[in-house]
Amino acid sequence: MADSAEPDLLRTALYDRHLAHGGRMVEFGGYALPVQYKGIVAEHLHTRAAASLFDVSHMGQITVTGPDHATTIAALEALTPADLASLAPGEMRYTVLLNARGGIEDDLIVTRPAEGMEPDGVMHMVVNAARKHHDLAFLRSHGEADVAFDLRDDLALLALQGPEAAEILARHTDLATHLGFMQSGATRIEGVPVTLSRSGYTGEDGFELSLSAADAPTIFDLLVADDRVEPAGLGARDSLRLEAGLCLYGHDMDDTTDPVTAGLIFAIGRNRRTAGGFTGAEAVIARIADGPVRKRVGIRFEGRQPVREGSELVDAEGNVIGRVTSGTFGPTVQASIAIGYLPVAIAREGAAVTALVRGKPVSGTIVKTPFVPHRYFRKPV
Amino acid sequence: MTTRYTTDHEYVRVEGKIGTIGISDYAQAQLGDIVFVELPAVGASLKKGDEAAVVESVKAASEIYSPVSGTVTEVNEALTDNPGLINSDPADGGWIFRVEMSDAAELDGLMDEAAYTDHTA
Repeated sequence: MADSAEPDLLRTALYDRHLAHGGRMVEFGGYALPVQYKGIVAEHLHTRAAASLFDVSHMGQITVTGPDHATTIAALEALTPADLASLAPGEMRYTVLLNARGGIEDDLIVTRPAEGMEPDGVMHMVVNAARKHHDLAFLRSHGEADVAFDLRDDLALLALQGPEAAEILARHTDLATHLGFMQSGATRIEGVPVTLSRSGYTGEDGFELSLSAADAPTIFDLLVADDRVEPAGLGARDSLRLEAGLCLYGHDMDDTTDPVTAGLIFAIGRNRRTAGGFTGAEAVIARIADGPVRKRVGIRFEGRQPVREGSELVDAEGNVIGRVTSGTFGPTVQASIAIGYLPVAIAREGAAVTALVRGKPVSGTIVKTPFVPHRYFRKPV
Repeated sequence: MTTRYTTDHEYVRVEGKIGTIGISDYAQAQLGDIVFVELPAVGASLKKGDEAAVVESVKAASEIYSPVSGTVTEVNEALTDNPGLINSDPADGGWIFRVEMSDAAELDGLMDEAAYTDHTA
């Protein structure tokens, strides 16, 4: 029952802090990371009520360097379906890496550094921990020769998430109040250089702090010293993102899932849905034209029983028609919720669906996601 | 009244022929917040080691194996609406099911309090 971290796992710069705060360490993406400190439910609820600090240093931070901005953007647009040319300095965008079949190799955030932060031609990416070496090889083999991709193992990444995050950070930097959702800039906190972005994966307002791994413990200590902040682990991160209806790579999509089927068409730039010019374009454009065969949906089940990844979804005759890809009991919604895939004919909001858990039927309804409304801070245009 | 433990952290508290089964305080702390309990059917016949119930946290489902053979006489219906009783009061209010034991000798193969404390140390 007790998971204990293997001795040969990688450690983030905050490993000692996790132990000091009573973190229960588990393996994730090759790293020893806390699944929880005091408890998943308490950490989940605290994030929605105040603010929680997450160590997400295991994620892959990649610096992209080309000779000039236009060359770097052209190289990245050949690799991803996003409209990156329209990114203003300091703006961020969610997108995907696709293979030739249109399957998702990873999902990621691309950031154009704010004015004056980096030399012309530099862009940043954050990719999934378990995919970072795969992505690096993919980017290097598919990318242009004059554009370099460097995995920044010298950096740590912290996420401060929750409705009080902005007020907490504003005590240390004015930038916190100036950024809107999916905007980024450079600042200093207690003298430590930090790339601050208003982003995250909990559905709450919040920030991510990219900084030198050597400085990470200082900033972690500074932020948890605030009475409103509690550290939170991977367990709460997973239940928060599920309630927010956000996909987890390797679970809710993989290299056989295209972005149209996964409901991630927003990750594809509007003009690029016809113009193409990216790896996998042919397959994706055909999928848009023909429409998907199956679709990602949100399901809310009756009762409290969690319906977990891998559970079969069946029709009235008991035929298997789909599968759950993420599911748990949502601490904020106080209900059993899931993400799964169903044939498009069935995947309508309000339709009844039945899952099998250990052979027993559990009734549910297809619902709109997010399960909990997003509370991102969008700046008035 | 004696209490015996399995290596999988179930306890059975014995009163006459009736055994009350739940999970130890150590086990509930390891599992974290319990959000759902699947109870056995009253009248079900269990063999020692049979899967009898499932206890689920936000993160994972854990099977509960019957420490003894017998017939289920009662289940803790309070867990349906309040599964967190297993966390807050595992030994008492958080019991899971009761069986009428068919073979008291099976208890000899289980750990007593002192042996279990060593087991979890």
